[in-house]
Amino acid sequence: MMTEQVIVARGLRKEHGTGESLVHAVDGVDLDIAAGEMVAVMGPSGCGKSTLLHLLGGLDRPSGGELSLRGRRIDQLSESALAGIRRHEVGFVFQAFHLMDELTARENVELPALLAGNRPPVARRRASVLLEQVGLADRARHLPAALSGGQRQRVAIARALVNGPFLILADEPTGNLDSAATLEVLRIFDGLRQAGQTLVIVTHDERIASAADRSISMRDGAFTGRTPPTASPGRLSGFTGPER
Amino acid sequence: MLVLVMAAATAALTLGLVLHGVTAHPYQTTRQQTHGPDVIATRFPSGTGPAASQAALGKLTPVAHAKDVVASSGPFPVAFSVLRANGHADAVLAEGRSTAPAAVDQPRLTAGSWVRPGWVVIERSFADALSVHIGQRVTLDGRPFRVGGVAVTAAFPVSGLGFLEGSSRWPNPGLIWMTRADVQSLASPSHPLGYVLNLKVASPPGAQAFADRFDPYGYTDNTGGLYLIPWQLIVRQDALLVSRAQKILLVGSWLLAMLAVASVAVLAGGRMAAQNRRVGLLKAVGATPELVAGVLLAEYLVLAVFAAAAGLVIGRLTAPLLTSPGAGLLGAAGAPQLTATSAGLVIAAALGAVIAATFFPALRAARTSTVSALADAPRRPSRRALIIGYSARLPVPLLLASRLAARRPRRTILAVLSITVTVSGVVAVLFAHASETSSQFGPPAGNANLGRSDIGFSSASAQVDQVLLVVTIMLAALAVVNALLITQATVQDSRHAGAVTRALGATPRQFAAGLSIAQAGPSLAGALLGIGGGYGLVILASQGGSITAPPAWQLLAAVAGTLTAITGLTFIPARSGARFAVAEVLQAEAA
Repeated sequence: MMTEQVIVARGLRKEHGTGESLVHAVDGVDLDIAAGEMVAVMGPSGCGKSTLLHLLGGLDRPSGGELSLRGRRIDQLSESALAGIRRHEVGFVFQAFHLMDELTARENVELPALLAGNRPPVARRRASVLLEQVGLADRARHLPAALSGGQRQRVAIARALVNGPFLILADEPTGNLDSAATLEVLRIFDGLRQAGQTLVIVTHDERIASAADRSISMRDGAFTGRTPPTASPGRLSGFTGPER
Repeated sequence: MLVLVMAAATAALTLGLVLHGVTAHPYQTTRQQTHGPDVIATRFPSGTGPAASQAALGKLTPVAHAKDVVASSGPFPVAFSVLRANGHADAVLAEGRSTAPAAVDQPRLTAGSWVRPGWVVIERSFADALSVHIGQRVTLDGRPFRVGGVAVTAAFPVSGLGFLEGSSRWPNPGLIWMTRADVQSLASPSHPLGYVLNLKVASPPGAQAFADRFDPYGYTDNTGGLYLIPWQLIVRQDALLVSRAQKILLVGSWLLAMLAVASVAVLAGGRMAAQNRRVGLLKAVGATPELVAGVLLAEYLVLAVFAAAAGLVIGRLTAPLLTSPGAGLLGAAGAPQLTATSAGLVIAAALGAVIAATFFPALRAARTSTVSALADAPRRPSRRALIIGYSARLPVPLLLASRLAARRPRRTILAVLSITVTVSGVVAVLFAHASETSSQFGPPAGNANLGRSDIGFSSASAQVDQVLLVVTIMLAALAVVNALLITQATVQDSRHAGAVTRALGATPRQFAAGLSIAQAGPSLAGALLGIGGGYGLVILASQGGSITAPPAWQLLAAVAGTLTAITGLTFIPARSGARFAVAEVLQAEAA
């Protein structure tokens, strides 16, 4: 059975500057990611991993090449259309969490659902379910300042899942966390992988790389080597997705 | 920018303070050169026909022999008429004179020659307003005359504001001189001649008391009564224009000061936030919070003194534009007096405004923890749970707008106050203009001579309108500055929130709309409050006097115009502020 290709990139490029100051942040990358795959992207700082992630999620526009998400070309879309993709199809998890300081954990998780046009009760219900699943039901009314780093990242993961995206992009999700918090986050990602969620994770953490179906190395904007995809994704675990 | 804003406010305040008493000098010069009277006595007939005129003359003549009178001239016959020239039709008081010079009040010619049959001599400020020249043909009650001369006198206030109302049908007459015979020819059975007597008293400062002896009720409609005008009243009338300008400038300067406080608060708040790390370094080496606050405030206090000095200079240099006594008096106004008290008041006002604007940001900066300050952590936004909860029900642009405004409530309040002050000022100006055009000095209703231009009054009104216009422009300019500063501060401050919101799926258009609405909402609230504020200001300024409301459409147009201008001006920075590279901002925040 053909597995759906969620991401197809051909000759993807991102350049900054001109002339002598031209920098190839992403330099002619080809990438195929199937539904349900967990892919780790590794490499030294400044190699273009985060830039690649931003391109895959429509946060940035490529300078050249082609990029498709579930068969739809996105490299030429308008900002509004890309925003629509980020609302419904892609969820982001950032190293710095990027939570809104003035919103509680639940309000942070609700926000993408409200932006997608859901009614407040629906958004609230989804947020509550997701917070429970990441183990933060008792922290729903806390502000980010009252949460630990690991808790904030779990809130960010719940936020990324609230609209049921088919793709989660995580940029160094454990980069700012201690060991215990890292393990909590790894458990969540493992649960997502078991549930069939497609994940692309930029990381320095070997534990994530070893848990991934595939690990890709980058250097100077290009892939340097990869491990082949596994025959099939992991089986479903007890992690259930958001209410649809 | 901070210095500019403060200088504008202090310049207006300086202007208001230095205008006091500036017309006294030209009046004294004119009085000296024309042997101006200490008291002018008038009597107008209470009935019709020549007999009434004779009766009025009979009642006036004895005043020349009253106790304390040391010299007199007249009685001179006077008649009211309508003068037409250059498309204007205006009421005039025609005074009959002989060719021989009078002992008291001999008007000084500045052009042409003195009275002769068929020729009129026109008071200079009136002649300027009419734009007539020597030899020009004019008509009085339809009869032709020619302009023979132009003269000044101290026996009549500049622009004739509300002076010598012989009847309610002849407000603000211009003054002309003619031969006695020509004046007598203007009289009619229904409007017989009145008479004017010019007096010198033994003690000029006692002129008011002398007048009160004969006319205890003061300034009234003198149809048939004896009416005495002391020289002090003429000086007050001459100063009326300047005192009106002074009042407008003083009120305007307070409004400008409030706007300046808002501008300084936004500017200072932003600059102090940028000095977070400096605060951390100071505290790390042992500075107390009080010392840190003092260091932060000191910079702004120095700037305030500098701005006050600039405002004092600007105000002092521009004051002569407002203190010119016009054509009706000889000589220039005395140099506007910038006393030590006035200068002290201006500097104190500038310092007070800056302290009011920077005290809370300085205190907040001083109370920041040393570690946070060294880390240069951005100031956490405020949380308003009710607004966050309610905004969830709103469409996305309104959701974003409410939450953006709620993040910095003090800034939002400043935005509301800024528009409130501006619209209050504009509304007060409209009320002032309406009052000016229909005041007791304006053409009365039911006037038999409709179509009179009342050029003396119009000329005086035009000067007041100019001051109103200048104050309105300054208010509008500062309001625009405030709106742009606040929008810019909001755009900068909301960059991270905007990047996150867009990363989560908000479109650039939705975020731009949210930023614009976050400015427009407070503007609307401020505009509505400003209507009431302006009315309150007018009540305070009128001090119980009558108030004339402008047409409703003018008020609506002013409010709508202010809102449209502010919304339009802030839309551009809001729109460009919403268009940024999301990934770059997120990575910069994370760095």
